[in-house]
Amino acid sequence: MAMNAGSTQATGVFLDLFFALRKRGVPVSLQEWLALMQALSLGLERQTLTGFYHLCRSLLVKTEAHFDAFDEAFLEVFRGLELPIDLPEKLREWLADPLRWDRTLSPELLAQLKTLGLEELLKMFEERLREQQEAHHGGSHWIGTGGTSPFGHGGRHPSGLRVGGPGGARSAIRVAEERRFRTYRHDRVLDTRQLKVALRGLRQLRREGCKDELDLDGTIRQTTKNAGELELIFRAPRINDVKLVLMMDVGGSMEPYAQLVEHLFSAAHASRHLKDFRFYFFHNCVYGKIYQDNWLQEGVRTGDVMRLLDERYKLLLVGDASMAPSELMDPWGALYRYENDPEAGRDWLLRFARRWPRAAWLNPEPPQAWRHGTASVIARIFPMYALTLDGLDAAIRALVGARRQAPVPAAS
Amino acid sequence: MPQRFDLFQGTKRYIASPELRDAVNVAVALARPLLVRGEPGTGKTLLAENVAEALGMPLIKWYIKSTTKAAEGLYVYDTVARLHDSRFGDKDVRDIRQYIRPGPLGEAFRAEQRVVLLIDEIDKADLEFPNDLLRELDEMRFTVQETGDEFVARQRPVVLITSNNEKELPDAFLRRCVFHFIEFPGAELMAQIVRVHHPDLPQKLLEKCLERFYWLRENVELRKPPSTSELIDWIAALQRGGLGVDALKNDVPFLGTLIKKETDFEVASAAIHGRTQPRKPGADYRWR
Repeated sequence: MAMNAGSTQATGVFLDLFFALRKRGVPVSLQEWLALMQALSLGLERQTLTGFYHLCRSLLVKTEAHFDAFDEAFLEVFRGLELPIDLPEKLREWLADPLRWDRTLSPELLAQLKTLGLEELLKMFEERLREQQEAHHGGSHWIGTGGTSPFGHGGRHPSGLRVGGPGGARSAIRVAEERRFRTYRHDRVLDTRQLKVALRGLRQLRREGCKDELDLDGTIRQTTKNAGELELIFRAPRINDVKLVLMMDVGGSMEPYAQLVEHLFSAAHASRHLKDFRFYFFHNCVYGKIYQDNWLQEGVRTGDVMRLLDERYKLLLVGDASMAPSELMDPWGALYRYENDPEAGRDWLLRFARRWPRAAWLNPEPPQAWRHGTASVIARIFPMYALTLDGLDAAIRALVGARRQAPVPAAS
Repeated sequence: MPQRFDLFQGTKRYIASPELRDAVNVAVALARPLLVRGEPGTGKTLLAENVAEALGMPLIKWYIKSTTKAAEGLYVYDTVARLHDSRFGDKDVRDIRQYIRPGPLGEAFRAEQRVVLLIDEIDKADLEFPNDLLRELDEMRFTVQETGDEFVARQRPVVLITSNNEKELPDAFLRRCVFHFIEFPGAELMAQIVRVHHPDLPQKLLEKCLERFYWLRENVELRKPPSTSELIDWIAALQRGGLGVDALKNDVPFLGTLIKKETDFEVASAAIHGRTQPRKPGADYRWR
C-alpha cells in the first residue's frame, strides 16, 4: 500500500479517515493531520499495518475515551465499506464466538504464508465475503476462526485482517468488532473541565498559620524606610480556605438530569481548590434525615450535619425544586413514610439558610419553570440559578460575595 | 534527526508493549512530547527511566505538585540569595545572571546532548499549567525576563509527560502531543513483567499468583484494584515468607500488600473466604 504523503490517492484516504474521525466527534485538527503526514513521510509506520494503526491512533486521538470511535473510523475508511452490517447474521454470530482448540500449524505452512498488502487484503476479503455463505472453521481460504486464511480471527496469517475475537499471533490489524475501548467511552454534553474552571471561582485565599514566607515587597519597603538597613519582613503563606457542601436532589423528576448533576459532582469532587468538600443527597426536599449516598440508604441526622459544619461552609443545593405543595409546606409532609418527620420541608430549608448564610440553589429546569409552584417558594429562600455554566458562574459569585441577610421565617 | 525509528525497544528491566514502543519512537522522531496515561501502577514513570537508558540519554525529572508553577520549570530568580549577598556576602551582586537558576526545562534546553525530560503527573498542577508551557514546548526556547538572555534548546529534548487523568488537559496542549494509553497488561505480558523482577520464581507459583491476582481484579468489586507494582510487592512478600502454591489454594496471604483501602480489604477477604457479602448499594460514589 502506498504510504507516501505525496501520492494524491493516499492523501485522499487519509483525509477520509480525518473526516470519519470528526464525524464521530473526535476533535482532530489540521495540526494533528500535518503531524501524521510528517510521520508518514519519515516512514514511521514501518511499512506494517499494525504500525500504521498505532501511528494514526497516537497522533490523532488524545484520550482513551475516543479509542473506540477511532477503531470505528479506521475500519470504515480502510475497509471501504461498512461491513459488519452487511454480514449475514449467522456468520457474525459464529465469528464472535472464539474457538478454543489447539491451533498449531506446521512451520512449513507458516513459512508459506507471505505477507499481503492491505489493499490486496481488503479486495480479497470483500470478494470472499461475497462468495461465502456459511460458517467455516480452519482451512486456508474462507473467512473464519483458526486456520491460515488472512481473514477471520484466531488465525496465524502474518498480516491477516482480523474479524472480531482475539488474535493468534497479534500481527493482524484490530477491527471494530473487538472494540476493546468501548468502556472508556463517554459522550458528554457538558465538559467537566468547564465546570472545574467555574468552580475555581470559589477559591478564596487567606493568610493563615505561622509567618514563614518572605514578604519581598514589605522587605523592600521597610528597608528603604530604614535608609538601606536591611529588615526582613515575614508573613503567613496564603492558603485556600473554601469549604463546600453540595446537596443533591436525586431520583424521581431529577432522573433526566442525573448525568448533568453527576458531572457537577465529579467536577467538585476532583477540584483541588476546596479545603473541604462534603456532599449529601435528598429526595425532593430536606427533612430530618439527609443521605450520604445517592440510593438514600445511609442517612444521617440533618441536625447533626448542621452542628458539624459551621457557617463558613458554602452551601450549594441542586434540585428541580418541584414537588407536591404538601411536601414543602405541611408538617409530616415528606413523600416517604420512613422520613417520619413532623416538620415541614420549608422549615428545614429556612434553617439551612440561617445556618449557612452563603448558599445558592442550582436548578436544572429552565427559569420560566420557577415562577410557580414549590420552586417559587424555594427561590425566595435561596437565590436560585440555572444549572448551566452561566448559572453556575452566577451562583459562585453569590457564594463568595457578601453574606446575605438570613431570610426571616414568615408565617405561612 | 535520527534515521532509525526503532530506537526504543524496551530494556531488560522494562517490558514495553509494541504499541508503547511505536508511540515512543514516533514521539522521538517527530520531536513532540509523548503524553502517557494509564491506571496508577502501570509503570508510567518507570518508562521515562527506561527510555533514557535505551536511548542512551541523560534523564531530567520534573515532578509536578499542586503548587508547581510553569515558570519554575524554566528558571527561578533567587532574589533572596541576592538580597542576602548584597547585605552579608562579599560577592558582586550586580550580575543578576548568577542568581538565575534554571529549572528542569531550562536544564534540558541547556544540556550539551539530547536529553529525556520527564514531566511527571502533569494533572497534579493547576488547570492552566499545561497552557503556560505551550510556547516553550513548541519552540523550545524562552527568555529570562530579568536579563533578557534567551535559552534555546541545543537539541530538542525527548519530552515524556505522564498523567493520571485527575484533570482534563486543555485541547491546545493535547494537539501538540503524541498520546499513548497504557492498558492494563494481560496475563501473558504480566508474566513477562513479573519475570523481570523475580527471575527465580517457580513457574507454577507464578501462574497461581497471576490467577489469584486477576481473579481479585476481575471478580471482586474493589474501589482500587491492585496494579502491577502491588503484584510485584506481593510476590516478593510471598517469597520472603517462603510460601508456595499450597498457601494460595484457598487463601490470599499478605492481602495487605495487594489491597490498600480498608473497605476494599473487607470486601476482598470476604470474597476470598467464600463469604458473600452483599454489596451495599451506593457504597461508592458511582452513580446509578
